[in-house]
Amino acid sequence: MSETYVARSAAVAARLLGGEMVVMSAADSTLFSLSEVATVIWQAADGRTPLSEIARRICAEYDVTAETALGDAEAFVTELARHGILCVSDQPIPAAEIGIKASDAAS
Amino acid sequence: MTGACALSVSDSPQSRVAQGVTVEIGGIPILLESGDSEFCRMAKERYAGFMSARPEPACRLKMDVRAPAAPSDEDARVWRDGRLWRLERGDFRAEWDPESRSGFVRQSRNPYALDTLLRLVHSLVLAEEGGFLLHAASAVRFGRAFLFAGISGAGKTTIARLAPPDAEVLTDEISYVRPSLDGYRAYGTPFAGELARVGTNVSAPVATLFLLEKSAENRVESVEKLAAARALLRNILFFAHEEEMVKRVFDTALEFVSRVPVARLAFAPDARVWERIR
Repeated sequence: MSETYVARSAAVAARLLGGEMVVMSAADSTLFSLSEVATVIWQAADGRTPLSEIARRICAEYDVTAETALGDAEAFVTELARHGILCVSDQPIPAAEIGIKASDAAS
Repeated sequence: MTGACALSVSDSPQSRVAQGVTVEIGGIPILLESGDSEFCRMAKERYAGFMSARPEPACRLKMDVRAPAAPSDEDARVWRDGRLWRLERGDFRAEWDPESRSGFVRQSRNPYALDTLLRLVHSLVLAEEGGFLLHAASAVRFGRAFLFAGISGAGKTTIARLAPPDAEVLTDEISYVRPSLDGYRAYGTPFAGELARVGTNVSAPVATLFLLEKSAENRVESVEKLAAARALLRNILFFAHEEEMVKRVFDTALEFVSRVPVARLAFAPDARVWERIR
């Protein structure tokens, strides 16, 4: 089974607002507010961590089955990729391709 | 205060005399360097109350003033070109260097071109420091500033017109907001809307941002932070759409709503609405 890798697009701005992660697409200024679980996926989207591993982390932290976690993560990733704020690939995504700074990529 | 048409400046080893007027809005004096006496007179009249007597301007625009032409009704275009910003509309063309805080402008001698140019330059300067220009009326009362944001027709001029005598109206159209040590500060601007009256040149700490909504009755409702950020972003004037600038404005908006209370003000055109503003 092939893996899915996700990375935050360089063309977005994100920050916490009152404990909630808010993401804006710099291309069209659309704002997204991420749920707690979506924030875990967002923060782990470094281009190197497979989505299946991210889903495993969600299982460990929240009371959901692996199937549900992976399904939800895939749906979330597809939605954000549609808006251009996440990049998705079946190969690890080099930081340079998406403009992630070295310091971010190392985190 | 006087806005002398000849100012002594010392930006080079040998001091020289620069002709022009210095307009100070939001505590940022901008020297409009020009030997065109008609232009100087026009600027002094239009920005009376905002002339600066400071010997050193923070910013400098070298003006190449051309014969008056009809104001352009097209939108201004702003884009980054290397280290410079380029600003353009039918009635002016300018370049702005954010590092040296200086620029060159070719514009027709009409006040609307100058007004737009100053808004653009101030929006770029403010973006660097986390401030912004906002589609909002604002007023100072009891030493605190209140902002009333809304699109055209939301009631900015009405709320300014209803302000009680002890309130100082900063503007009925474009509010000027800068970060300060303990929050944000709003400044008076000469940018007038339908009230056709320049604002009072004073400043005060921002107490609340109200989002205006016309209604049959007066009421104040709290607004959750994400909705506040969305509303603020809709009303901030930013003309440049470069990724870097968009991200900066996003950060600024979220920082502002995390530090300043935001509420929805539904109001009837009735002076009693000011009883709700505190």
